[in-house]
Amino acid sequence: MIPASFDYRRAASADEAIALLTENGDDAKLLAGGHSLLPLMKLRLARPSVLIDISRLADLSYIRADGDQIAIGALTRHHDVEVSELLAREVPLLPAAAGQVGDPQIRHRGTIGGSLAHGDPASDLPAVVLALGGSMVVRGPGGERSIPATEFFAGFMETALAADEVLTEIRVPRLEGAGWSFQKFNRRAHDWAIVGVAAVRRGAGSGANGGGAGVALVNMASTPVRATAVEEALAGGASATEAAAHAADGLDPPSDINATPEFRRHLAQVLVRRALEEAGA
Amino acid sequence: MTAVVGTRMLRKEDPELLTGEARYVDDLVIPGALHLAIVRSTYAHATIKSVDVSAALAQPGVVAAFSGADLRPEWAGPMPCAWPVTEDMLNPEHFPIAVHTACYVGDAVAVVVAETDVAARDAAELVEVDFDVLPAVVDLEDALSDRVLVHEALGTNRSYTWELIPDADAVEEAFANASHTVVERYVQQRLIPSAMETRGVVAVPAVYGGEITLYTSTQIPHILRVLAALTVGVSESKLRVVAPSVGGGFGSKLDVYAEELLCLALARRLRRPVRWSEDRMENTQATIQGRGMIQHMELAADADGRVTAVRARLLADMGAYLQLVTPGIPLLGAFLYGGVYDIPAYSFVCTGVFTTKTPTDAYRGAGRPEATYALERAMDALARQVGVDPAEIRRRNFIHPDQFPYSSSGGLIFDSGNYEPALARAMEMAGYDQVRSDQAARRSAGATKHLGIGLSSYVEMCGLAPSRVLSALRYVAGGWESSTVRFLPTGKVQVVTGTTPHGQGHETSWSMIVADQLGVSPDDVEVLHSDTSIAPHGMDTYGSRSLSVGGTALWLATEKVIDKAKLIAAHQLEVAAEDLDYAGGTFTVKGSPDRTMAIGAVAFEAFTAHNLPDGLEPNLEASSHWDPPNFTFPFGTHICVVEVDEETGKVDVLKYVAVDDCGTQINPLIIEGQVHGGIVQGAAQALFEEAIYDEDGNLVTSSLADYLVPSAADFPSMQTDTTVTPSPTNPMGVKGVGEAGTIAAAPAVMNAIIDALSPFGITDIDMPATPQRIWTAIKQSTDASGASGASGAGASGASGANGASGAGANGGPR
Repeated sequence: MIPASFDYRRAASADEAIALLTENGDDAKLLAGGHSLLPLMKLRLARPSVLIDISRLADLSYIRADGDQIAIGALTRHHDVEVSELLAREVPLLPAAAGQVGDPQIRHRGTIGGSLAHGDPASDLPAVVLALGGSMVVRGPGGERSIPATEFFAGFMETALAADEVLTEIRVPRLEGAGWSFQKFNRRAHDWAIVGVAAVRRGAGSGANGGGAGVALVNMASTPVRATAVEEALAGGASATEAAAHAADGLDPPSDINATPEFRRHLAQVLVRRALEEAGA
Repeated sequence: MTAVVGTRMLRKEDPELLTGEARYVDDLVIPGALHLAIVRSTYAHATIKSVDVSAALAQPGVVAAFSGADLRPEWAGPMPCAWPVTEDMLNPEHFPIAVHTACYVGDAVAVVVAETDVAARDAAELVEVDFDVLPAVVDLEDALSDRVLVHEALGTNRSYTWELIPDADAVEEAFANASHTVVERYVQQRLIPSAMETRGVVAVPAVYGGEITLYTSTQIPHILRVLAALTVGVSESKLRVVAPSVGGGFGSKLDVYAEELLCLALARRLRRPVRWSEDRMENTQATIQGRGMIQHMELAADADGRVTAVRARLLADMGAYLQLVTPGIPLLGAFLYGGVYDIPAYSFVCTGVFTTKTPTDAYRGAGRPEATYALERAMDALARQVGVDPAEIRRRNFIHPDQFPYSSSGGLIFDSGNYEPALARAMEMAGYDQVRSDQAARRSAGATKHLGIGLSSYVEMCGLAPSRVLSALRYVAGGWESSTVRFLPTGKVQVVTGTTPHGQGHETSWSMIVADQLGVSPDDVEVLHSDTSIAPHGMDTYGSRSLSVGGTALWLATEKVIDKAKLIAAHQLEVAAEDLDYAGGTFTVKGSPDRTMAIGAVAFEAFTAHNLPDGLEPNLEASSHWDPPNFTFPFGTHICVVEVDEETGKVDVLKYVAVDDCGTQINPLIIEGQVHGGIVQGAAQALFEEAIYDEDGNLVTSSLADYLVPSAADFPSMQTDTTVTPSPTNPMGVKGVGEAGTIAAAPAVMNAIIDALSPFGITDIDMPATPQRIWTAIKQSTDASGASGASGAGASGASGANGASGAGANGGPR
């Protein structure tokens, strides 16, 4: 349980982190809270030759309102998301989910940006940002660009981030009173979800952030994934139960010691139904 | 002095543990120590064709690297097994590091010794082992078929068959005449003990003279000293074994381990201290595992459900080799398949089987949780068959209080017991009747979340052990315990005990016993233990033995101290010894309450020796070695209430009630702590934990991310109470409580789950009862019984009881 040897560099700014990434190429990994990367390194499943520590970049830890959206610095700890009054008021789904990530120790170290950039389909927050219709602000040598959450998760633990880019900010639309739910199903309280569901239901066409439902699933595919068949069924007037029957449509969920693909499909249907019922019409 | 025994005194050990001052093996600063890393087999079964350590040796900081063949000359004997349960038991010879064949994933095949831990581990990755892979055999019944032999030379995977059948005809007759017969098959999955502190070892050779000190995270420094000396071939007189602070064991540190012997041998060979520290993934593979049985359990009963015979047949998974007491573990439960019930005919047979997996050995309860599980599950099956409530079937079969001491048909004499009050109290605390009516209401309302209530009435045998009984069971050592009590000149008391606490709080409990006996403050009692140089005689700590055996030795030693002090006090008070009364640390002349002498003052007189009776030796010190005449038999009833979600298969434990009777109580706070931990550890077997192997013999659950040890967030607050039925077999009347919770909990939880699922006709779920397993069982049940499930809401997700909460609003799931 000791990582292979690596070099350690501490970046004093996001720009320095980008420069270090550019300099070291694919062999480098960014270190934020370290709660996903370091376990992999201790198992020697990840062996980056250089760790670029960005965890002390205080200017990337913030939660602030920005027009119709809430902007969250990538290095904001899960705990800070969990207890944010602004988020509790404007996007309560996010703190509700952040409060269920791991255990208190993990939530005080792990960061929202780290969780999203890790791209683990079993993590909670990617599905939440997908359901909310959020976006990622990333910065590279050529400047800044914004990537919609729907285009961010590219493959199993792969994202649209280029090797020399840093995720700096997560933007999510205000919920404006829309109903929401986060359903996390696991065997043990602090574990990853066996299946999870994040759901948002807005009144049709109401508010600046538009109408319709956003439903996304945890641990149901090789990436965090939107339950588009459910969203379409709801748009077509289906009831929660009817729409939930489509929860696993087109998905190839993983098999592990906790659940077969068949059980996961079933759980997704149950949990989506519960989420839609809780989120209301 | 006010009596302290029976009070909730805070543990003396805790400030040190909680502030991090305690020193575990890995905390010991040993200048010049080399670090050992072990190359382990990645195959469950493989011939070792060659081992090339040259690349490892070339690494900076690496001092030595060896194969099993290189180290073979270091061993004076094979790894020890202290419990050859039958004359013809097969025990394959094996050494701390495999020489020719690796027989499980994790079996040591090479070692690297380096100046730092990191250098050793990095170099270990460079050792090249050429394996010739052999087929694995993982399943117990498959192994028994001898399709694949774990040890070719043995010609079979059967290690032994051990029988306890006092009267075979009586059993046959009971089954022939039975009105009800229960035939069940239960699986005891393998468990990984998961002590908070993984193992650690340091062997420190003296610069000259040949002495060597072994610091190790063990429950058994005394037993280890003997066996390590024999295996490594050092004189026992040159070997000192010390267990510093030990962070839990649960039986997993009741063993003689390869790494202990390797550190000893390498330290001698390299003439430098050698240390090893186990990481968590190594711990899951290289430390013994628990349970691992298939149980065939049969009950015969009359028309009223009174059990007339029990017949238990076990297959027990030994793993790849026999460790210290591996084959004897099922025997520790062998006498208890009749439990708290008055059953006239008894039959028990166990066959030990080799598989290509990590060896099994003692794990909290060791044989008794398995026995209690099989019996209590079967009693519920009988209750269903007879058509009476599970509580009633138990009442009808309990051994009555006037039957004690009770001679069981299994051949034991139960010391004392009174089972019905514990059941009644537990039912009262659980609100049993209310839960039953809530359960019925939910069922008739067609709810998809089902209530279940489970009972478990248990008796265990602990206080290992009467030495003559151990002899009859072919265990190679005795079961006595020893203690020395000595007054220091200032009136403080030093206690030396042969028990080896590793979380149990002996320093506290032993101080309390001494405080009341000798009239001193518990703070003035120093308890020395776990170092063979300080406490040379001991049989260590396991099997809930420490208090009833070691505590009794201590109590008897204090009596000897008092007897001697009385002679001195009588001399100084110028009366005959029989004219003195003794209470609370003070001698008083009978009829003259003003003529007294405190025992502390006597101690000072004994120290100065200025004025002692003629012929009496100076100092106030006495030792006692106590060999108990019988086991002790703690008992109780636990009740669990669960809610099972039929849509997801998830079990929520709503309530857990325990009423335990461990005889006289020394410290109720410590008792509660033991019960709490034990319950969750037992419930973990029912709900969470399972060492899963794939068909190639790879351990799939090799980290705590996959092997689900529950946390406080996974279990509700427990409600506990006690009854007190003293044991007549020792002067304090104590019984022991270290394993009670673990013994009672798994069947209570599983009976509750089966009870909840009874509308589906489900009568068995393998442990752990995972959502997947429960959902699958419900699905099979509803599929088999046609379109509609028992409650009308099938598995296909019809809208159930989980209504929308505050529809449309911000009703967050917090």
